[in-house]
Amino acid sequence: MRYVLRRAGFFLLTLWAAVTLNFFLPRMMPGNPAIAMMGKFRGKIGAQELQALETIFGVGSGQSLPSQYVHYLGDIFTGNFGTSLFYFPSPVSQVVGTAVFWTLGLVGVTTILAFTLGTGIGIISAWRRGGLTDSLAPPLLVIASAIPYFWVGMMFILIFGLKLQWLPWSGGMNLTDTPAWTPSFIGDVLEHALLPGLALLITTIGTWTLTMRNNMVSTLADDYVRMARAKGLRPHRIMLNYAARNAILPNLTGFAMSLGFVVSGAILIEYVFNYPGVGYMLLQAVENEDYPLMQALFLLITVAVLVAVLLADIATAIFDPRTRSSR
Amino acid sequence: MTGRFWRALARSPKATAGAILLAAFIVLALFPGLFAHDSPTAEAYARNLGPSAEHLFGTTGLGQDIFAQAVYGTRPVLAIAFGAGLASTVIAALIGVAAAYLGGFWDGALNLFTDVVLVIPLFPLLIVIAAYVHNSGTLVLIAVLTFTGWSYTARQLRSQALSLRSRDFLAAARVRGERAAYIIAVEILPTMVSLLVAAFLTNALYDVLFASSLQFIGLGDPNSVAWGTMLYWAQNNEALQTGYYLQAIVPGAAIALLGAAFALLNYAFDEVGNPALRPVRARRRGWHAATRRIRRLAVHA
Amino acid sequence: MLEVSGLTVEYAATTKTGSENPVRAVDDVSFNVAAGEFVGIVGESGCGKSTLLFAVARLLSPPAAITAGSVTFRGQDLVAMTGRRLAAIRWQNLSVVMQSAMNALNPVMSVGAQFADALRAHGMSSRKAIASRSAEVLRLVGIDAVHLKSYPHQLSGGMRQRAMIAMALLFTPDLVIMDEPTSALDVVAQRSLMTQIKELQREIGFAVIFVTHDMSLVSHYSDRLMVMYAGQVAELGPTRRIFDNPLHPYSRGLLEAFPGIRGAKVPLKGIPGAPPDLSVIPNGCRFSPRCPAKMPEC
Repeated sequence: MRYVLRRAGFFLLTLWAAVTLNFFLPRMMPGNPAIAMMGKFRGKIGAQELQALETIFGVGSGQSLPSQYVHYLGDIFTGNFGTSLFYFPSPVSQVVGTAVFWTLGLVGVTTILAFTLGTGIGIISAWRRGGLTDSLAPPLLVIASAIPYFWVGMMFILIFGLKLQWLPWSGGMNLTDTPAWTPSFIGDVLEHALLPGLALLITTIGTWTLTMRNNMVSTLADDYVRMARAKGLRPHRIMLNYAARNAILPNLTGFAMSLGFVVSGAILIEYVFNYPGVGYMLLQAVENEDYPLMQALFLLITVAVLVAVLLADIATAIFDPRTRSSR
Repeated sequence: MTGRFWRALARSPKATAGAILLAAFIVLALFPGLFAHDSPTAEAYARNLGPSAEHLFGTTGLGQDIFAQAVYGTRPVLAIAFGAGLASTVIAALIGVAAAYLGGFWDGALNLFTDVVLVIPLFPLLIVIAAYVHNSGTLVLIAVLTFTGWSYTARQLRSQALSLRSRDFLAAARVRGERAAYIIAVEILPTMVSLLVAAFLTNALYDVLFASSLQFIGLGDPNSVAWGTMLYWAQNNEALQTGYYLQAIVPGAAIALLGAAFALLNYAFDEVGNPALRPVRARRRGWHAATRRIRRLAVHA
Repeated sequence: MLEVSGLTVEYAATTKTGSENPVRAVDDVSFNVAAGEFVGIVGESGCGKSTLLFAVARLLSPPAAITAGSVTFRGQDLVAMTGRRLAAIRWQNLSVVMQSAMNALNPVMSVGAQFADALRAHGMSSRKAIASRSAEVLRLVGIDAVHLKSYPHQLSGGMRQRAMIAMALLFTPDLVIMDEPTSALDVVAQRSLMTQIKELQREIGFAVIFVTHDMSLVSHYSDRLMVMYAGQVAELGPTRRIFDNPLHPYSRGLLEAFPGIRGAKVPLKGIPGAPPDLSVIPNGCRFSPRCPAKMPEC
């Protein structure tokens, strides 16, 4: 219990750090982008948008830094992220809403798949040291992890989308369709999700497999695995209950830690495939210099990662009894 | 330990492959003029040419020789990999080892700081920073990557340093009256050489990938000659859709190869440093094969 | 009941040892164990006693492998056995107790679950039967049955070790192999554990092979003693005889290294030198470099 509380505390602390970072970042940038922005947008946007910009950069409001900070925190807590510059006059929270679903679907499913598949291959690969899986998988995956995500995506577009014309390679759905819970629409969505999903899967699966395999190899050398053999248990049971259950524990925390990398991969993949998710929207916002939207998206992504980390910590607490006793 | 270690490393096929690749790239970076006779930025040729004897990889949408770009693009990438990689490893070593050695409150504080930085997702942060800075050249990329990339390896180095802290030779140094800085520099760090090298390799790999990614989405300097920027222009020119595949394939392959070099070296270091991970010669079902051998022995005995 | 004949175990070259030749950790070792006997195996670190133990129990993993010899247990050759037949013998007739219970017990499973694992693997399926048998063996070693729900890290060192012994007795095996079970305990706990083992032996009647580097400890409890050096048997015989009249210079050296508590003070006597590198198998007696009674034939 103490463990969970400590992790929850960490979650809050990091959340605060991210929020504060978000606040200070625009104010720290060299070359005074605020003035440049003002100059660029003045005359093109109305008074309200100008004010939104000023709030972000902290100019012209006449308030002291600390009180700006307090206002900012208040805004965040009430869910007021300002108005988008590009999608004016829609508030940022509305714009972000639609993108979240797409990303959750793509990234969520792919990450779970990559984790389960990768861990499974890692377990088998370590169990059968020297077997086919073990000789092939690690070197292949090492090389795979070095290939930039977006390049894999581009190659997929080239091969499966353009050359073979098997699958669509742009967007989340056919632009002419209207969203509805019909099988044809769902099928369409799945079709569009296949290539980006696969690209993401391939690039992220490498880490899981390698770490799981290395953990398993160390665990298999432990005495309690030898004891399990001595007791005459089925190899199956030894592999899962004794070795894998222990080997996976560090992986769970690692899973959370590397979510940052999954997120980066997702951003790039969405960009390459024009998939209308949060990552794509972030890059669009950067291109359009829509700073309020950009900040909100950064915060959103960060919070998502933090929540996942917290969930992984809770999972560790559930599966590792050592964390539950007071230490 | 060290002599045997390096010899074992030299025997590993992965390490040799990685080292050769890396060496090749280093040579390209140092002497680009020897390999590519065209200037990478000169828009001197016809656009979108395919591969030919004159243009090994063809030309870009602006009439630049792709091969020359690929060769000249090696230098900024390696500068980033080595520059940011080294710098972040140094920072990670300082923070990680100091935390382990100082212990107590400082350990807790530094550890917490590291964890917080670690958890904040790196790439979105990089995007936001690069967005504000505009047109990040090589130096800016190095700086940004250094300040955001040290946290992961700091953690690893700290746990290694922690396990060393209780070893006897450190206690002996303390008893001799050596100062903390001396102990850290002269006793702890050399023992951690293999982990430091591995940390550097990991950082270098991720720096290459992240820098190229930033350039790819247009946050680098679009006028620079770099692989990521080449991909950016390829994407802009819709190279894939219009059939000029090499414009996209070449820079991506280059990134992948350099990345693979670092990754292979890293993997080899892992194996040599931790003998349990070394490849085991294939045995069909361990103890069954052994008994088959025994039976054969019994027959011949 | 147990007959080990000419057993040889080698660690394959290059992977773990970094050397070119295989390391012969156990070289042509032969000994017997009768029913109900307590046999102690002593020797320096690295003499091959643990490897011998694991080889007998068929628990070696690559790169270690049995390259010669036989282990006949209740009339069957364990070395030639594989798969199901071996699994059936395991634990029911032959069980193992390891050095550190903290490492030998699965940290994420409760003690009771680990007992149940073994019971179920050998056919017991009724939950009541499992619970009652588990409680029974725990009572034998003096642990309250409520600890079946505990996790290994929640028990004290001594309790953990006793729980391991209880687990080894689940099927009242004929032979229990113990690998330095007292090394991780303090002297008081050591004594109490040994007494308990002896008592259980008297009650249930299993044979024990007890490996340790602590000669003085095991000599109080063992019927026969085997001294190992550099992978070979240096001396083998009744404990009393070895103590009164050690034949091998190495055994004599070991005994002389323990100063007596009573009697006059004498300077400490050790055995000079270090054990040999087992990847280079020498001609002749392996102890000769350090032996005070060396002869030209050695």
